[in-house]
Amino acid sequence: MTYFAKPKLLRPDTPKNALGYTRRDYEGAISSLCAGCGHDSISAAVVQACFDLDIQPHRVAKLSGIGCSSKTPDYFLGNSHGFNTTHGRMPSVLTGAALANRDLIYLGVSGDGDSASIGIGQFAHAMRRGVNMTYIVENNGVYGLTKGQFSATADRGSKNKRGVVNSDSPIDLVALALQLGATYVARGFSGDKAQLIPLIKGALRHRGPAFIDVISPSVNFNNHAVSTKSYDYVREHNDAVNRLDFILPRDPVEAAYAPGELRRVVQHDGSVLLLRKLKTDYDPSDRVGAMNHLQERHALGEIVTGLLFVDSTAESMHAHLNTVEKPLNQLGDAYLCPGNAALDALNASLR
Amino acid sequence: MKPTDIGAPDYLHKVVDCQWACPAHTPVPEYIRLIAAGRYSDAYLINWHSNVFPGILGRVCDRPCEPACRRGRVDAAPVAICRLKRVAADLKDDIRHLLPKPPARKKPQRIACIGAGPATLTVARDLAMIGYQVSVFDSGKQPGGMMRSQIPKFRLPDSVLDEECAYITDFGVAMHYEHWVGSLREVLAEGWDALFVGTGAPRGREAHVPGRQEAGAHIHIGIDWLANVSFGHTTKTEKRVIVLGGGNTAMDCCRSARRMGGADVKVVVRSGFDEMKASPWEKEDAINEGIPIFNMLAPKEFKHDNGKLTGVLFEKMRAEYDARGRRSLIPTGEPDELMECDEVLVAIGQENAFPWIERDIGLEFDKWGLPVLDPVTLQSSLPQVFFGGDAAFGPKNIITAVAHGHAAAISIDRYCRGRDLQKRPPPLTTLVSQKMGIHEWSYDNNVSEETRKQVPTKAREMTLLDIKLELEIGFDPFLACAEADRCLNCDIATVFTDPACIECDACADICPTECISFTANGEEDELRGRLKAPAKNRAQALYVSGALKTGRVMVKDENICLHCGMCAERCPTGAWDMRKYFLQSATAGTEARRT
Repeated sequence: MTYFAKPKLLRPDTPKNALGYTRRDYEGAISSLCAGCGHDSISAAVVQACFDLDIQPHRVAKLSGIGCSSKTPDYFLGNSHGFNTTHGRMPSVLTGAALANRDLIYLGVSGDGDSASIGIGQFAHAMRRGVNMTYIVENNGVYGLTKGQFSATADRGSKNKRGVVNSDSPIDLVALALQLGATYVARGFSGDKAQLIPLIKGALRHRGPAFIDVISPSVNFNNHAVSTKSYDYVREHNDAVNRLDFILPRDPVEAAYAPGELRRVVQHDGSVLLLRKLKTDYDPSDRVGAMNHLQERHALGEIVTGLLFVDSTAESMHAHLNTVEKPLNQLGDAYLCPGNAALDALNASLR
Repeated sequence: MKPTDIGAPDYLHKVVDCQWACPAHTPVPEYIRLIAAGRYSDAYLINWHSNVFPGILGRVCDRPCEPACRRGRVDAAPVAICRLKRVAADLKDDIRHLLPKPPARKKPQRIACIGAGPATLTVARDLAMIGYQVSVFDSGKQPGGMMRSQIPKFRLPDSVLDEECAYITDFGVAMHYEHWVGSLREVLAEGWDALFVGTGAPRGREAHVPGRQEAGAHIHIGIDWLANVSFGHTTKTEKRVIVLGGGNTAMDCCRSARRMGGADVKVVVRSGFDEMKASPWEKEDAINEGIPIFNMLAPKEFKHDNGKLTGVLFEKMRAEYDARGRRSLIPTGEPDELMECDEVLVAIGQENAFPWIERDIGLEFDKWGLPVLDPVTLQSSLPQVFFGGDAAFGPKNIITAVAHGHAAAISIDRYCRGRDLQKRPPPLTTLVSQKMGIHEWSYDNNVSEETRKQVPTKAREMTLLDIKLELEIGFDPFLACAEADRCLNCDIATVFTDPACIECDACADICPTECISFTANGEEDELRGRLKAPAKNRAQALYVSGALKTGRVMVKDENICLHCGMCAERCPTGAWDMRKYFLQSATAGTEARRT
């Protein structure tokens, strides 16, 4: 349903990354979401992050469920693997894919309905199992495809476009992810790419379940004056704990800050998360502290953003399950299916 | 930076690079769209209003618009604007009934124009159209001036010239042909209300080299020779011809010689190939006709055998640049080179000559022999005498002469009405949204990926036999449409309304050339460096909004905008809109806006 095509002409000095690709090479089809949707900004942030990280598009698998947010993988990384699963089932399909081939970069894209309602069980188990993935929730607090009913993340007391008050308690997926054992937890805002892009980069290079909740205003159904997920409201109540600079192992570290202002986290692959503190007493390695801070600020009506928690030494699901290093598609038939004798031996060992 | 005021007279005009570069400010994108729509007559009339000679300029214009074309900055080659203009002229219907009619009641003022070239014809048209009584005096038998005498017929056929000159002479302009004006004093005494001098730069520069007098029978001045060819006085050349000079006249000389029996025609230039004054496409045409161009050779002597030219001796040169980057040509000291030939055409420049203007009548000349003029009004030190075309500031080109003509006509009109000449009437402008509906614009915002189309030509072997046979055939409607589609519609301006913006980034995300940024404001130099795509082209403006809700500003680099409308398409609040900026330069009779 694209009525127009993006011109293919590039400016003459279009930058290319180490692989010789332009940003355009990481884009997908033209978005058919409403003009001005926050989700499109998130797509642009994913494009920028993958471009900056010199990611080979064919080494990425992007999976999603159902909803406005889950449509977006069509709008970025047009040369990557993709799987549009049934509603709320992205985490289990992704888990299966990760078990079969651990060499790909897994990007799960979901929304507040897909992850906080129908798929909340799936979400919870992907987090607690430690699936090595980046899990992005494009959170707008409404069901956009069905014209703007409240979703499970809508704040209690907030009003929809027609003035109806939401009387249910909201689910905070960030709080759940922290509690369920995610090892990289962040919240961003689609209207602040300078903050969001490094958060996505850090997540893509994190080993283990990396969860990013991105507040993403629904420009048609949840951007009115009394909404708590509008551009204006989120900008007014944005309470960032830190600013992240993501640095690849090959890049020089050039940040110069007073001691105590900066926290340096080295991930397992050598990439560096440079955290410029905005709240001096906030410690992103303290899971319990993070949960407390989140609850305290939420009670005050603030929206906590930034990299809230990171454990760079965590193991992922593959270590827990002691899976084979090679992707299954590289192992060969004889190895994958060792025959009756092997089955008999296995059965015998269990008797 | 301060917020950009797009209401400032020139801001949006400069964005339309081609129109800004055109001395007559022809609304190029507007007529190109009309050509794509097959509305050739309408496209012609838009041209005719601004540049008076669409058919002529569509063949021989110096096309300052094309190097300026935005397409050239984002793609391999600019739009073939000039040859599209020709399409409008070639494929139009009879447009005579669509031309404005001069008023039945004439004004009492009588205006004399001297010389019947492009500048004069423009003045005559503009003034006759609003009722002045215009008389034109020319030594030739037909109107057109240098367009007729110097441009070879295989580039510009007489039929085109006759047609477009007739549109003007039919306005009741009194044409006095074969009328040599020998004294400005006498003309002044005739009591005209105003005088326009458009006598061009009629004198070819001479090569003062030994042997010039002795071998003079076979050495000709380029523009005089071209005029003789044009009027049929010269019908053939010798076999071996050398053309001296590297300008467009030299190219016309060599290509004419090639068609008149010159089997071995060479061009020899003092400077390097790239510094030659000839337009790149004219050099290319000459080379395609088998004419070699030799560079860095200065003529030293015409060799002759008892007055019969045998060749030219050349001194080898090299370029040297001083600290300020100025070039001078110095002999290399290598042995001279002799090129044998039977005929030489000297095309090394043109000069102004006003032997018929007495120096004691109060008309001042500068040290270069050019009249002292007001650069805007073109008024001389004699208030009733105006200059234009090559006669004003030395040799330029046709389109500049037309622009002078418009300016002089405005001045003459204001002079005759006793108005202040310095107060110039503003252009007529409109700015109208092009949104038709959802995903629907009144212009074709698809950006074409076609390459520049080549103009079809007749077979070379055929055209080299007949100097009157026009080489180029011109675009057919299909080629014209494909070429017209390459136009980026720079006159469809991106207009930003600050208060409507919610800073959702949709425009910045979709922009194919990344020319939109939302960032903190700053000084221009610093701001240019930190945009999403650094704005390195200082000649192109930044469009800066006022402070938005977050305190940031929207900054758009006009340099690489494709005018595709993606930003407006994506904008949820209508903060971006695509509006057509139509600008038509004032002509005589346009009133200054009351303020």
